[in-house]
Amino acid sequence: MNAKYIARSSAIAARRLGDEMIVMSALDSTLFTLNEVATAIWQAADGRTPLADIVRRTVCREFDVTPELAYRDAEALVDDLAGHGILLVSEEPIPSGLVQERR
Amino acid sequence: MVQLTAPASHAVPVEVGGMTVLLRTDDSDFARMLQDRYVGFAGSPIPPAFEFDVELAAPRGVDPDADVEVRCEHGRWSFCRGDFHADWDPRTRRGRIRQTANPYSIDAVLRIVHTLVLAREGGFLLHSASAMRDGRAFLFSGLSGAGKTTISRLAPPDVTLLTDEVSYVRRAGEGYRAFGTPFAGELARVGENVSAPITALYLLDKGPANRIDPVSTSEATQRIMRNILFFAEEPDLVRHVFEAACEFVARVPVYRLTFFPEERVWELIR
Repeated sequence: MNAKYIARSSAIAARRLGDEMIVMSALDSTLFTLNEVATAIWQAADGRTPLADIVRRTVCREFDVTPELAYRDAEALVDDLAGHGILLVSEEPIPSGLVQERR
Repeated sequence: MVQLTAPASHAVPVEVGGMTVLLRTDDSDFARMLQDRYVGFAGSPIPPAFEFDVELAAPRGVDPDADVEVRCEHGRWSFCRGDFHADWDPRTRRGRIRQTANPYSIDAVLRIVHTLVLAREGGFLLHSASAMRDGRAFLFSGLSGAGKTTISRLAPPDVTLLTDEVSYVRRAGEGYRAFGTPFAGELARVGENVSAPITALYLLDKGPANRIDPVSTSEATQRIMRNILFFAEEPDLVRHVFEAACEFVARVPVYRLTFFPEERVWELIR
């Protein structure tokens, strides 16, 4: 399995409100509400840490879920967000210039 | 000898939200129409922040439902719709509007200018009615048909209507302030040119009984974003609007107001 790297797109605005994260695409103003698990993945999406490591260190440690299930769900989430252009996905580490600063 | 004289220029200052825009026209009838249209908002002593020369064009067939296009190139804005074309340079504080002699085109230009100025100041125009009671402002937000005009019409005598259609929201210290606007909806009545600190925003729903319920911050943010008037697509400005909506939700209580169209709903608004 190839490693998967994820990074927050720079063409977004995001704000944490309580346990949720509201993310807006600055390109078409579409809004997304991320739940607690999705927020944890989102915040760890630095372009340098493989998704598998994010899931193991962040999701599995903080939430009661098996690594296999967590990774499958995380991949589906990542693909969905990438489809809307608010998350970048690559098989190589993503240069920091393309990553939105964490808020 | 024939003496050539330039037509007299008429200047109508229109002040909304504490910001005056001066409209210049050579047409006295049009100037009078503007004075009437913006009664209560025209003739402000506040020095104008911006000036627009209005050039009247002959009427022609236009699509009244055409979308407005707002673009910025090298710091100069252009606004375009079937019934008007406007250019505006915020750096020189001047602009020009070419339109037919109607009050709706100017209205659209003013709304666009205010949204752009407010976006950089943490404020916004919101598709909502607003009213003032006991020195406090209340906003009632919703898309067409949600009940903005209905709740405005039901307001008791001690309530001052700020607008039944487009609320003017400006950051003020740790909170927000609502200003009256001349931007009227179905009520066809301009608001009062006064302002007050915003106490609450109600998301309107019609129902069989009157009740107020809390809403989550994410729902409040999404609903507000849906109802903010914003025409530009510049990512930087869109981000400002998003930040303003989030800040507003963090500082102003937002509720869902389900109401049956009768005067008693105002017993809940205090």
